[in-house]
Amino acid sequence: MHYLVEPGFLGSPSVRTALIVGTVVAVTSGVIGVFTVIRGQSFAGHSLSDVATTGGAGAFLAGIDQFWGFLVMGAAAALLMEGIGVQRRRGRDVATGVVLGGALGLAALFLYLGTLKTASTGASFTILFGSIFVVSPDTVPAVVAAGLIALAVIALLARPLLLTALSPDIARTRGVPVRAVGIAYLMALAVDVSLSAVAIGAVLSTALLIGPAATALRLVKSPVKAMAVAAAAGLAATWIGVLLAYDSYYWPPHGHGWPVSFFVVALVLAGYLATYARRPRRLLPRSPHEEAAECSPA
Amino acid sequence: MFTGLMANTWIAASVVAVIAGMTGYFAVLRGQTFAAHAIPNGAFAGAAGASLIGVNVIVGLAVVAVAGALGIGALGSKARHDVITALTLVLMLGLGAVFVSMSTQYAQETYSLLFGQVTGVSQGEVAPIAGLGLAAALAIGVAFRPLMLTSALPEVAEARGVSTRKVDLYFLLVMAVATSMTVPVVGALLMFSLMIGPAAAARSVTARPGVALALSVAIALAITWLSIALFYRTNWPLGFFVGTGGALFYLVGLGARRLAVPRSLTRS
Repeated sequence: MHYLVEPGFLGSPSVRTALIVGTVVAVTSGVIGVFTVIRGQSFAGHSLSDVATTGGAGAFLAGIDQFWGFLVMGAAAALLMEGIGVQRRRGRDVATGVVLGGALGLAALFLYLGTLKTASTGASFTILFGSIFVVSPDTVPAVVAAGLIALAVIALLARPLLLTALSPDIARTRGVPVRAVGIAYLMALAVDVSLSAVAIGAVLSTALLIGPAATALRLVKSPVKAMAVAAAAGLAATWIGVLLAYDSYYWPPHGHGWPVSFFVVALVLAGYLATYARRPRRLLPRSPHEEAAECSPA
Repeated sequence: MFTGLMANTWIAASVVAVIAGMTGYFAVLRGQTFAAHAIPNGAFAGAAGASLIGVNVIVGLAVVAVAGALGIGALGSKARHDVITALTLVLMLGLGAVFVSMSTQYAQETYSLLFGQVTGVSQGEVAPIAGLGLAAALAIGVAFRPLMLTSALPEVAEARGVSTRKVDLYFLLVMAVATSMTVPVVGALLMFSLMIGPAAAARSVTARPGVALALSVAIALAITWLSIALFYRTNWPLGFFVGTGGALFYLVGLGARRLAVPRSLTRS
């Protein structure tokens, strides 16, 4: 057993915190990720996590816990993207991109001011790439609560969300408030992204959001089953990632751990690529016309 | 402000702005905003890896950027484009995290790779940047018609025997080349701001391709020059001015259009 789990793994309090946070993040990301993939909003998901970087840097500057910075900035960006015009598929990408560009500029400023204020330069690395082992135990209740809220919102909105994703027109004729559903969904996404930004870092939270969900949607047809599979896959990747990162302190180069984020990303990608070995079964077959429609001018 | 190292900065940044304005216009037109974000951002891994093993940073950037473009282009046609782009990006970033964590001098290095180090342009770096810039501009100029056709009328392009897939891949590779020269100057994250902001602003004002392309380049140049001047005065990071400047121009363009065109027409 010691070959697999290095001594002291489960006894370490930081590992316990890491596993709790990792579990919450993996399950929330898996469930929300399925909708993100079905709705074709991977870019929005990724942008929200990058925008969260800005919040993290701002929080670092203000001296409060990063998690709150991630959360506030993510929610603000989600509103802004929706406001500029996220409804149309093409306008959406540009609106997302513009918000992202502006936010990255702010992140640069905050990080610069932050390094002026304190001598520590490692902050930008932690904010960008995360470090699940240094999550403060005080943040854990907030993380769990935020994850549960995001999951509850998604559970309440599951049906209208799926309907608006598959056919906005039918949803509209049935009286579904498409825009409000979209905003609520982006908010849940922002919360989830801030959670994973804490765990595996802002720039890599996309891996947990998109990877397991895309894998699950290649394996099973029903969205509900896909959510379960995605959550399980994300959970496996996070746990094994935490375990490997803990073990990696004993790997070469000696006395230097590998980042958890790397293991999580690598495992998630390996899972996705493994699905290519199977005969592909897609939830939504992509027709050439759909592609073409996306490329034509609005 | 225009002497010594700053002169190199002005030249290099202007080349970067022109290329970003051009490639950005097509990226917005073709709906490849996400790829435009993913390639420079992911190429950061190449720079981190190169500096870890002691190779020229531009070589590392070029290798990873081209690999990323090929990955997105090759796998993107098999599954959903945005999912593949996202996964390619995180793969590159994950590698970048490992390289950065292994390197001993990470923090400052990471910061300047992500957010740019425009004042650090040396005399010897100006020539390769200008050369790569010219190559990227030529590559777009040569393929201007097929790029335009596949962006605007993909069906017509297919009917005329122009492969949308091949043009897609070609454009991704051009972006990769443009990226490898611009990342050391403006940084991985802000290359994207410089590509999307001006192009989106230009397209919100005019629909005519030639005018919009020229306008996009002009706005990119204006933002860059303004940013360098402000950076010189305040010593705040260049990325801040570039990023917020791009977003600001877009909002101005959007506002101008809302005023000029009745709301019902903008929805088309």
